[in-house]
Amino acid sequence: MSGNNPYGQDSQHHVLSVLVKNRPGVLARVSALFARRGYNIFSLAVAPTDHPEYSRITIVVDLASAPLEQIVKQLFKLIDVVRIGELDPKLAVKRELVVVTVKAEAEERGQIAELVRIFDGKILSVGSDKLTVSMDDEPDKVDDFVNLLSKYGIVETQRSGMVALPRLSTSPTN
Amino acid sequence: MDKLKITGAQALIKSLENEGVEVVFGLPGGCILPAYDPLLESKIRHILVRHEQGAGHMAEGYAHVTGKPGVAMVTSGPAATNLVTPLCDAYMDSIPMVGITGQVPTAAIGTDAFQECDTVGITRSITKHNELVTSAQDIPMTVRQAFHIASTGRPGPTLIDLPKDVLQNPMEWYWPSDDEVLDSLPGYRPNVKGHPRMIKEAAKLILAAKQPVLYVGGGVLKARAAGALRELAELTQIPVVTTLMARGAFPDSHPLCLGMPGMHGTATAVTAMQKSDLLIALGSRFDDRVTGKVAAFAPDAKIIHVDIDPAEQGKVRRPDVPIVGDCRLVIEEIIKALRDMLQSGEKQSDVGPWRSRVSGWREQFPLAYDQSQPGAALKPQFCLEKLRDSAPQGTIVVSGVGQHQMWASQYWRFEEPYTWVNSGGLGTMGFAVPAAIGAKVGRPDKTVWAIDGDGCFQMTAQELVTASLEKIPVKIGIINNSYLGMVRQWQEMFYGERYSEVNLSGTLPDFVKWAESMGCVGIRVEDPEETEAAIDKANSVNDRPVVVDFRVEENEKVFPMVPAGQSNDDLVLHDSQMPRREYLK
Repeated sequence: MSGNNPYGQDSQHHVLSVLVKNRPGVLARVSALFARRGYNIFSLAVAPTDHPEYSRITIVVDLASAPLEQIVKQLFKLIDVVRIGELDPKLAVKRELVVVTVKAEAEERGQIAELVRIFDGKILSVGSDKLTVSMDDEPDKVDDFVNLLSKYGIVETQRSGMVALPRLSTSPTN
Repeated sequence: MDKLKITGAQALIKSLENEGVEVVFGLPGGCILPAYDPLLESKIRHILVRHEQGAGHMAEGYAHVTGKPGVAMVTSGPAATNLVTPLCDAYMDSIPMVGITGQVPTAAIGTDAFQECDTVGITRSITKHNELVTSAQDIPMTVRQAFHIASTGRPGPTLIDLPKDVLQNPMEWYWPSDDEVLDSLPGYRPNVKGHPRMIKEAAKLILAAKQPVLYVGGGVLKARAAGALRELAELTQIPVVTTLMARGAFPDSHPLCLGMPGMHGTATAVTAMQKSDLLIALGSRFDDRVTGKVAAFAPDAKIIHVDIDPAEQGKVRRPDVPIVGDCRLVIEEIIKALRDMLQSGEKQSDVGPWRSRVSGWREQFPLAYDQSQPGAALKPQFCLEKLRDSAPQGTIVVSGVGQHQMWASQYWRFEEPYTWVNSGGLGTMGFAVPAAIGAKVGRPDKTVWAIDGDGCFQMTAQELVTASLEKIPVKIGIINNSYLGMVRQWQEMFYGERYSEVNLSGTLPDFVKWAESMGCVGIRVEDPEETEAAIDKANSVNDRPVVVDFRVEENEKVFPMVPAGQSNDDLVLHDSQMPRREYLK
């Protein structure tokens, strides 16, 4: 996992926040477009918004496969895509959730619990020789967390994929 | 207020009527059956095809010549999959078309029911938009959306998938207003008006250019912009090339017209683009058949790219001035900007020397072929010339895909828009016969000649039965060289004359008998001397389709040619012109 920071400044990844009509088949349209045009999706998260008619798809795209401009323009040709926000990773608030089951013999349990505490995580399940823990943060923090846990022996990891919104401006707006 | 209660099927037909649909090309079957019942009372003409692919291409041919969306209606499963090729064809060539497919009842969807297939899934990437309708109440809105999307912005095919129970269920009739349709499509707002600053930038580049070329694509026809284009060309005296999709957008007889660019374009059109310092791309998409090797394409040209589809801007070649908008509106704005600038004293660079250079190429490198020796087989180009010379004014020419298509595009002289119908992007063999039928239905006042290949003809010829029964008197000229001619040409040129599976037999089928069996007049032409008389006879028949089987030379190749993937500088010319090829450098 180390060195594999998908969202760092020098990475080939970019975040698209895509507002779509909340209708059957929309996710299929988006993913079919990516497949058809040979664009790579690094991660994808989809959920309803506060408006019942719309959902938001947060897509982390791999720019090694195609220029961002083409991806955005092709995506916008889908009739059910209402708006596309390109989120500069530096100007966005990003969150990702991870759930990890890690080996935890009695003598290591304290160290792991401490790590979870430092990272503001939670212990979800305690077994005789394993712990299942969760945390959510910026994706690179999630990377750090998973890296630190890995020395204990990771049994299983599940990451949610990133969701993001633009960072708000602190200067007054009119 | 009392609302009219009708079935989904009645709502469908009523919606089509409200959309102004005059004709539906189709073939009924299990799941679409409910829709065929109210059709009996409708003023809409239904043309019963012999294969659903035929319905799709007819709808395309109709749309090509009328500008209105063509409608094809078929049942579920195999009928829907038979419609896939025309939908894809229409998508590639931006043809407005609405496909209507039956679907198994909603309760059966996903159960692998009889004649079930995932039609919207299959057609997702080859339609501009598609919808599976799940409630009869949604039908009028879905139909309005489908027609609106198909015919606005960059036109294209849409598809409505209708489960049988949705067609049978009752609904309360309504007809959505324009505003309601727009409100229902918040993600669809094609930009039609070009950005004023970009238009000004374009005008500046045009005035400054010394070696400009107007690179005209099918979008000019879609935007009904032929008049505006002519005004722009004549105002600026800039030469025009018309791509395969744009033949007829600018008159071939016009002194500024250089003909078709691309793989089999005229040497003049290809070379003028290569040497130009400004390409004004109007509704064209830098297709690989036009650019050849992209890295070597028009290396010194700045690019103005006008296209209503923003995704075309920069897809292949980065434009210096991108203008997203409707071609007609943008060209008109550019003309206005040019006039303003000229009136305020700005001068256009002298394009005289450039035009002389271009004229030199045109004189040196006309289209060329060897006339046949006495007693030898007909030359395909000769047939095209004869067909062209005796065709009534305004004849619509429809072609299949292959050598005959290239010869038709090269040797016909297109003087009016919407007189050329062909499958450009997808390259669908078998397009010509059904598309010609659709074109004739759309423009019954015009003579429609399909120029077809013997390979193509055998893919969709059965639709001539449809044409005979429906009294649609199209004319089909088969350029019959007994080969898959274009493939044969590539095998000759690039596979060391190793001919693999390209000979279609010189004896079977008997095209004349076949034509007659389908209710057509069948004529065979084997001798150059017979050609004119045969064509005259074909032109005189107006009560049924005619098929003329031109038995032509097998080895004839299409020239000029830019071999696939090579630079447009490496144009292969007819043998007689190769010695002076240096003149194009």
